[in-house]
Amino acid sequence: MSADSRDIAIGAYDELKERERIVLDIDGVSIGVYFIAGEIRAWHNVCPHLGGPVCQGKIVPRTLQGVDEATRKSRGLQLSQDEKMLVCPWHGFEFDILNGRHAIDDRHRLKAVPVRVEAGQVVVTL
Amino acid sequence: MTSNKLEAARIRELEAIHGQSDTRDVLARATSQAQAAYDDYFVVDIDAHVSEDHFWGEVIELIDNDYLRDLGMTQLKGFGGNNALLNIAPGLSHQSVGGRIGHQGRREPVEGVEGHPFVIAAQRGMDAMGLDYQIVFPSAMLLLGMHPQDEVEVALAGAFNRWMVERILPMDRRLKGLLYLPYNTPEACEALVEKYAGADDIIGFTVCSTRNNAIHSDVYMRLYAMIEETGKPLAFHSGYHWGDPSFAQLNRFLSMHALSFTHYNQIHVTNWLINAMPERFPKLKMLWVESGLAWIPFLMQRLDHEVLMRPSEAPGMKRLPSEYMQEMWYTSQPLERTNMELLEATMKVMKAETQLLYSSDWPHWDWDPPSTITSLPFLSDQAKRNILGLNAARLFNLDTTPLKPKADQVLAGRPGRS
Repeated sequence: MSADSRDIAIGAYDELKERERIVLDIDGVSIGVYFIAGEIRAWHNVCPHLGGPVCQGKIVPRTLQGVDEATRKSRGLQLSQDEKMLVCPWHGFEFDILNGRHAIDDRHRLKAVPVRVEAGQVVVTL
Repeated sequence: MTSNKLEAARIRELEAIHGQSDTRDVLARATSQAQAAYDDYFVVDIDAHVSEDHFWGEVIELIDNDYLRDLGMTQLKGFGGNNALLNIAPGLSHQSVGGRIGHQGRREPVEGVEGHPFVIAAQRGMDAMGLDYQIVFPSAMLLLGMHPQDEVEVALAGAFNRWMVERILPMDRRLKGLLYLPYNTPEACEALVEKYAGADDIIGFTVCSTRNNAIHSDVYMRLYAMIEETGKPLAFHSGYHWGDPSFAQLNRFLSMHALSFTHYNQIHVTNWLINAMPERFPKLKMLWVESGLAWIPFLMQRLDHEVLMRPSEAPGMKRLPSEYMQEMWYTSQPLERTNMELLEATMKVMKAETQLLYSSDWPHWDWDPPSTITSLPFLSDQAKRNILGLNAARLFNLDTTPLKPKADQVLAGRPGRS
C-alpha cells in the first residue's frame, strides 16, 4: 500500500457475495470484485493482452484435458467442477479468478487490487 | 490489516459485456486508447466484416436468377434460415469459443435508432476505434469458393455486390467496399468488373482465398488485365475450410484456423510468383488479407532458397521471390505479437513501413484494435502513421482529410456506460 492509497467501502459483504461478481468504476479506476468459493478477489479491469475490459467478460469453468493415467489415452475436454475462469470479452484470454493467472501462460497475469471485509463492508484499496 | 480512514468515492457499476452489448461499450477501451495515442492519425481499416447473414433476406431478394432466388427465399424461411444457399457449417463454426467471445456474430442493439442496422453498427465501431474509413468484407460468404455449385457463387456475388453498392455503401462515405469476384467462374468476374469498376465506393476487387483454383490459370488473364487497367487493387482475403483433407486431420478449431488462414494465401502467392505474374501484370496491385505476418518471412526464405536451385522451373522471374513480395501489400490482422524480435525482423524484411496496412477484422473473434500498431516499441511515429492509414491512402487513392470524430466526443456520447 503506497502512502497515497486510499480505502474505499464498496458495499455490504452479505449483499455483494450473493452476486459472484461486481464491476465498478471508482473515480475513474475500473475494477472487478469476485466472490468465489468463500474467497474475495479484486482485479484491475484491464487485460494484460491489449487492455480490454477483462472483468466484464464471462465467468466460465476451467476447461481440462482429460487423460486416463493408466493408458494415457484422452478422455476429451472436460469442465472443472471447482475452478472458475474469467474470460476477457475482447479476445478470450482466460484467467483463474482466484490467482489471476492465464490458463496456460502465467506470465500473463491480472493486476490485483487489495480487498478485505471490515465491519461487514467490502473495502478495496486503490 | 489496519484500516485507513474509509474515503468517499464516486462509484458506479459497469455492465457485463456480451453479444448484445452496444459496440461503443464493447470498444470503449479502444476509444480511450485512441484518445491517448492516435487521435490525430488518419486511420483506415482495410478489413472489417458485415455479418451479412443477419440481413440475408435483403441479399437473397436481389438474386437475378428466378430459380435461385425462389430457392433461397424458401430456404430462408425453412431449415436453411440465415445460411440459405451458403455452404458454411454452423455446427463447425466455433469462432466464439463457446460464447466466451461475444462479439463474433453479435447483434447490435439498434432499437429506436434510424438507419440500417449494419450501418449503425459500423458507424459505432468506426467512431469507437477512431477510424476514418473502413472497408467491409462479407463473412459467411468467405467460404463460397468451396461451394459445389458455381452458379450459386455467381448468383450470390451479384446480389451481394448490388446490396453493398446500392444499399449499404451510399449510407456513409466512410464505408468502402471491394467487389466480390465469383472466382470459380471467370466470365462472371469479368462482367462484374465491367459493371462496377467505376463505382465510387468500390475501391478494389476481392477474391476469397479459400478455394482450390490455380490463380495463374490462363482463364484469369483477361480478368487480371481488366483489373490492372482500373488501377484498383486486387485483394485475396484468406479464410478456412475444415473440410480440406489436410485440415481434417486437425481436431481443434484453433489448430485448423491457425494453419488454414496462412495456407491458402501461401499457395496463391507461390503460384503468382513462380508463374511470373508480377512480370506479366506489372501494374496490378496485389493485396493479401487476413493471414497475419509470420508466414511472409517464411515464404520469402523458402521460395528464394528453391528458386535459386531450380531456376528452370521459374524462368519468367527476373528477381528473387522475396523481392517481388516486398512490392506486394499485406494487411496486419491477426498480428502475431508474442515475440517482438521476430515481429520487428518480419516488418523489416517485408518493408512494412510502406507495404503494411492496418486491419481490424472487427467484429470477428481475433480482431485487432489500432493500438496493436501504436503500441509497437520499434516503429517510428511515421511508420505507425503509414501502417494505420497513409499506406492505404496511397494504395486506394483515398483523400486523407480526417473524417472521424475526436475520441473525447465519442466517449462523451456514452457517459457512464463503460
